[in-house]
Amino acid sequence: MDFAASFALVLPELVLTGAGLALLLVAAWGGDKAARMVAIAAAAALFAAGILIVPGLHLGTDGPASLAFGGLLKVDSYALFAKALIYLAAIAALVIAPSFFASPAAGTERGMRAEYPVLILFSSVGMGLMVSANDFMSLYLGLELTSLSSYVLAAILRRDTRSGEAGLKYFVLGALASGILLYGISLLYGFTGGTAFEAVRAGLTGQMGTGALFGVIFVLSGLAFKISAVPFHMWTPDVYEGAPTPVTAFFATAPKVAAVGLTARVVFEVFGGQVGAWQQIVMFMALASIVFGALGAIGQENLKRLLAYSSINNIGFILLGLAVANADGASAMLVYLFIYVAMSIGCFAALLMLRDEEGNLYETFTDIRGLSVTRPAIAWALLIFMFSLAGIPPLLGFYAKFVIFQATIEAGLVAFGAIAIAASVIGAFYYIKFVKVMFFDEPVGVVTGKSEASHWTLLFLTAAIVSPLGYLLTPSLTDLADRAAASLFLAV
Amino acid sequence: MIGIEHYLTVGAILFVLGVLGIFLNRKNVIVILMAVELILLAVNLNLVAFSAFLNDLAGQVFAMLVLTVAAAEAAIGLAILVIYFRTRGSIAVDDINRMKG
Repeated sequence: MDFAASFALVLPELVLTGAGLALLLVAAWGGDKAARMVAIAAAAALFAAGILIVPGLHLGTDGPASLAFGGLLKVDSYALFAKALIYLAAIAALVIAPSFFASPAAGTERGMRAEYPVLILFSSVGMGLMVSANDFMSLYLGLELTSLSSYVLAAILRRDTRSGEAGLKYFVLGALASGILLYGISLLYGFTGGTAFEAVRAGLTGQMGTGALFGVIFVLSGLAFKISAVPFHMWTPDVYEGAPTPVTAFFATAPKVAAVGLTARVVFEVFGGQVGAWQQIVMFMALASIVFGALGAIGQENLKRLLAYSSINNIGFILLGLAVANADGASAMLVYLFIYVAMSIGCFAALLMLRDEEGNLYETFTDIRGLSVTRPAIAWALLIFMFSLAGIPPLLGFYAKFVIFQATIEAGLVAFGAIAIAASVIGAFYYIKFVKVMFFDEPVGVVTGKSEASHWTLLFLTAAIVSPLGYLLTPSLTDLADRAAASLFLAV
Repeated sequence: MIGIEHYLTVGAILFVLGVLGIFLNRKNVIVILMAVELILLAVNLNLVAFSAFLNDLAGQVFAMLVLTVAAAEAAIGLAILVIYFRTRGSIAVDDINRMKG
């Protein structure tokens, strides 16, 4: 493998890094006046990186041809699938941002800061590295690049106390998670003699020693922090509530995809020979996330907090697909991930449209009472997303849950599937409460402001994907997910 | 004779001290930053000890990477702490409670 071929494989990352560095200079020289231009250029760079991965996504690149830099990175169908999703989510986070930062909701400093798109770009580079990591060193590098950008993004409203507090909490718990993950990696390195995924896998055969088992548990705990799975979920509601809404939308989508993608790769490619050791842990995290996500959301008044619990609940279903530990489960997990990203972007776009004439944002249940009278279009779109999140049949959210349950039951894990179905009924309570408040309560009429064209576009696009029209996408989505999942098992 | 197990014990003690420092500390966020550094140093000690024990350079390379990232992490942590202090005028852990959680 020569260097030119390696560079060709990481071309999307090179484009994003180059664009990020150039735009950082533009941001430093042009100041916040250049912010809109920087955002457009950043979205163009993400789009270009997305175009670059289309041929690989179509043809499928697996086997030795997908290894870059002596096996540090592995750009296979699985990595490309995750990257496509990450770039789409990052573009959405750029599209919804400018009008939020221009509104009074952004506090005393009006206008988007030019660093915002640059940080999104660097974070996307890190997420691309995460999903294509094939060595614990590249894994850690990608994870930290993503996390460090995310800490700053959470605290980007410098004069807002909630944003600062969210940044601080995210930083402390994120750093702790990285530390736990690293400690696990150091144990795995010591007890298997290598940092490459194949080397660790080869060292983990047969009866596992205590040291290696501790390594596996620490690595899984550190990753669970990053995907906010129960019992490591406590930062999620606070960070989601405190961070500016476009940043929350970003956190709920792109880094989730990257962390789930990373977790799946680690459990299959590194711990693949020790399924018994991790399957119970992942299954416990999956069921606990589904149940706690559903129960925790019930008393919430703040909509962003509620969506945080909803994302914990959804992560539970994604982990359920992972815990099945076969290619069907992994494919179902990827399908769920795609649909989850579409639903989340739609929900947050709708949330950003809840504003009055001055542009103040509203984010509690009290404010959306009777929304169907004052803003019927937003109310109906939210109705589609909420029914879809609850998994009510004609909508695509039902299909997502269906493929997960199908994989679970075909693998013989009927009891776990039954618990998950029961918990998703509890979850339906607060999703339907949304609909009840919007359609049957007395209107309060605070949400009166006009919405941006960019928000409308995103809302219609995601609503169309989530609506029954989305079933037109499912054959090609399933094809891609199947091929991506199969490439995870090539090493086995 | 000091063997690998002694290094691992010191590493484990440092790691536990770091984790306890984050959870038990009720006073000051700076102490949390120090505890995070302690965790990363425990990891580095482990990596270097294993590297010497296994006669494999990868662990030392990894330790350099961790050092670099730890420096970046401390810089970002202090920057976030400064903007937090500017808005709240305090960095006591018990005051970080504008959102319930």
